[in-house]
Amino acid sequence: MTVQFSPAAGRDRFVGQAISRIDGPAKVTGLAKYAGEFAAPDLTYGVVVSSAVAKGRIARIDAASAEAVPGVVKVITHENRPATSQKPEDYQDAVAPPGAPFQALASDSIVFSGQPVALVVAEDFETARYAASLVRVEYETAAPLTDVAAQAGEAYDPPTKRNGIKPPPEPWGDAAGAFDASEIRVNGRYRMADEHHNPMEPHASTVVVEKDGTYTVYDKIQGVANTQAYLGGAFGLKPEQVRVLNPYLGGGFGSGLRPQYQLFLAMLAAKDLGRSVRVTLTRDQMWSFTYRSEAVQTVSLGADRSGKLQALKHDAVQGTSTYEDYQEVIVNWSGVLYECDNVALTYSLTKLDTPTPGDMRAPGAVTGVYAIETAMDELAYASGQDPVQLRLKNYSEGDQTEDKPFGSKELREAFRQGAEAFGWASRKPEPRSMRESKELVGWGMATGIWESMMMQSSARAVLGADGRLEVGNQTGDIGTGTYTILTQIAADTLGLPLDHVTTKLGDTHLAQAPVAGGSWTAASSGTAVMKACRDIAEQAFRLARGMENSPLANVDFERVVFTNGRIEVAGDPSKSVALTDVMKATGTEKLEATGEAAPDKDFEEKYNAYTHSAVFAEVKIDEELGVVRCTRVVSAIAAGKVLNPKTARSQILGGVVMGIGSALHEESMLDHRIGRFMNHNLGEYHVPVHADIPDIDVIFVDEEDKANPLGVKGLGEIGIVGVAAAISNAVFHATGKRIRHLPITIDKVLGEG
Amino acid sequence: MLIDSGSPGAAGTIGISLTINGERRNIQVAPWTTLLDLLRERLDLTGTKKGCDHGQCGACTVLVDGTRINSCLTLAVMKDGAEITTVEGLASLAAREGKNSLHPIQEAFVEHDAFQCGYCTPGQLCSSVGLMNEGHAHSRDEIREAMSGNICRCGAYTNIVDAIEDVMQQGGAR
Repeated sequence: MTVQFSPAAGRDRFVGQAISRIDGPAKVTGLAKYAGEFAAPDLTYGVVVSSAVAKGRIARIDAASAEAVPGVVKVITHENRPATSQKPEDYQDAVAPPGAPFQALASDSIVFSGQPVALVVAEDFETARYAASLVRVEYETAAPLTDVAAQAGEAYDPPTKRNGIKPPPEPWGDAAGAFDASEIRVNGRYRMADEHHNPMEPHASTVVVEKDGTYTVYDKIQGVANTQAYLGGAFGLKPEQVRVLNPYLGGGFGSGLRPQYQLFLAMLAAKDLGRSVRVTLTRDQMWSFTYRSEAVQTVSLGADRSGKLQALKHDAVQGTSTYEDYQEVIVNWSGVLYECDNVALTYSLTKLDTPTPGDMRAPGAVTGVYAIETAMDELAYASGQDPVQLRLKNYSEGDQTEDKPFGSKELREAFRQGAEAFGWASRKPEPRSMRESKELVGWGMATGIWESMMMQSSARAVLGADGRLEVGNQTGDIGTGTYTILTQIAADTLGLPLDHVTTKLGDTHLAQAPVAGGSWTAASSGTAVMKACRDIAEQAFRLARGMENSPLANVDFERVVFTNGRIEVAGDPSKSVALTDVMKATGTEKLEATGEAAPDKDFEEKYNAYTHSAVFAEVKIDEELGVVRCTRVVSAIAAGKVLNPKTARSQILGGVVMGIGSALHEESMLDHRIGRFMNHNLGEYHVPVHADIPDIDVIFVDEEDKANPLGVKGLGEIGIVGVAAAISNAVFHATGKRIRHLPITIDKVLGEG
Repeated sequence: MLIDSGSPGAAGTIGISLTINGERRNIQVAPWTTLLDLLRERLDLTGTKKGCDHGQCGACTVLVDGTRINSCLTLAVMKDGAEITTVEGLASLAAREGKNSLHPIQEAFVEHDAFQCGYCTPGQLCSSVGLMNEGHAHSRDEIREAMSGNICRCGAYTNIVDAIEDVMQQGGAR
């Protein structure tokens, strides 16, 4: 597979190849450093004391015993907290939803369980941790409301819409009337558990106070610019006073999109003490901010006898916090996926006494597609259709929610290749009809969808006289492979060997770029890097053509290629000049360029862009024990061009694994009486482990897309979408029992569901 | 090399001797300091990761006398006299056997893309070496079972199994 992104500059040698991660050696030798691992000679350690109640106020806080411990530098509470900005909007980061963001230690008020109530700063970690255990807090408690189903009656349409989140489209046709008139009707209420991101690296920030009074901040963030701007707002620090770095991030999945409270506390203490401070959250504190909040969903489908949809209704009520209106796109996907003349999609919020939920891998799509794709499976059985055939029968050729064609959609081919690889044709349609010794076998499938986005982004490239190139920008490589693909793109654009290219990311000293999220990084940063390198190519070409006796003297830029460190006349390798010779002959020390990438307005006006998947799953169930094992998954992806099959495949594998977790394991359990997530550790919140994960087959189908010059559509999230529905549908096929509440645990398989 | 470790205060520190990645070190350590915190906070060996501090995630896995353990559940004083290998020492472990640059399991992890963010990776690597030393796992399912103490949230599991299987087929490696 090749991508010829520029006929003039470069030949594809690395783009499209399964190149091993550029950052691999650093990661397998322990040399890659994460936010909580940077040292400073004057470093102190901050440990957070968390609220034991979910709602109320701090009646009394006593830090005297903690402060008396030798080695404790200071205990900061709401009573002695240094002043920061008084304006709520100063705390709104680049991806904040509407509302007034949480401010740690701002007052005696408690708005969620686990809220930070004190920061203990000490000379070493153990002392800080011990002293934190001595802080005594008395609370006046109020009854928390944390049950989204119980609060659904209080749901409201968020008055301010979240930037970048499309509200549901206006209904079209007459969904209610058409549903009532339909020959075949299915109607279900779908629930799933709250989930927490739980990246392996707990959130951490190290604030280093430099000799000149500026700050160097290592923060666990998916884009350093967001941290820098947030600190600017909250603490009145100018950009030149704060440099933020995050070369590696130990997993994000959305939890690192917004600056979290450990950053605020570390900066608060560092500024106050004039000393460097590191604050690392404990694993249980990872349940004290951002999560995938449940939406209670209802889907009603009406169809004629052949399974053709006549009516589609999808409603979701999602929990948010008391202080921000977090919003996702949950219901719109149903209107995008299926052609139907009578559609009503509705979405509302309800307030809960929890931290503000946040984007977690494919936010909204994981939730909404689980419901619609389970309902479609129910319709398949109700209408006697094969699940794949039913989807083909209702296949949308355009985005009905905005009346636009798709830029590209090779979902049909994904169905075909996925089904073939899985062996779907030999599936017996009847539930409980397949068995292997003691176990029931179930085969299920579902569709996945995610938006293909691009964000305004820049990148800088510098070519040195030695022929070595440095490129980079501020975005983060959160494990997605960004270092690697940008290196591939840069090397190809200028025809350099891979080891002549250094890619730098995650530093506010680099060119402007947004957070890494939304699956937009490859398109955005990739295009910016390509443009910056192409600019350098043009500069180098002009210099080369002006050289004495230049072999390129009468040649146009369009007729040369950049390859093996040389500029060469296409088709005539005898006419070429080395880049290093160009630099030397013209006395050029370096060539520099900044590339800018932005969404293509013309394309966006004409088309809507989505990635799609066809997910096929096999489960085996011992009915006496109620244990569900996922034994096989095939994920066929239609997501434009693949820059690196190796790292791309890993993105999908990771999504599938998290989807298996969503279907069978992950469940943050709230005790609604006290408003607290009770299983706040990795022993009781089950994420998939090695033994839970079978071999997974990833297929990329060819898809031509023109939204950006690279032809990429993004891969970070599409892998997870639809996986839970495919597994849930397989469980029904195995058992004949429809469980409409994730995760599908033993109690549900054995009990009422 | 003498290193002071542990909280200041009334409680005394205890002198221990550890051989870490082939280097013998005499260390004064507080009795409550875990092996993990000793490595990360005092010895600047941050390759070993803290994921949960409760022995539930495996990110802190190191080799003690060739056996894999959770260093977060181990007080440093418990290992007086032991030989510790962390991710930073895996390559030299291989070098001792005449191999250069990286340990075969490190090379296999890179080749099979057995990680994404890299945070669980040091633990997965040390655990893999420990697993091969144990010699109990012979099939993919047995590898999966015996690696289940090491969580990877990025979901690189199948690639990790590929990498381990690859090295085992090359005849293992210590």
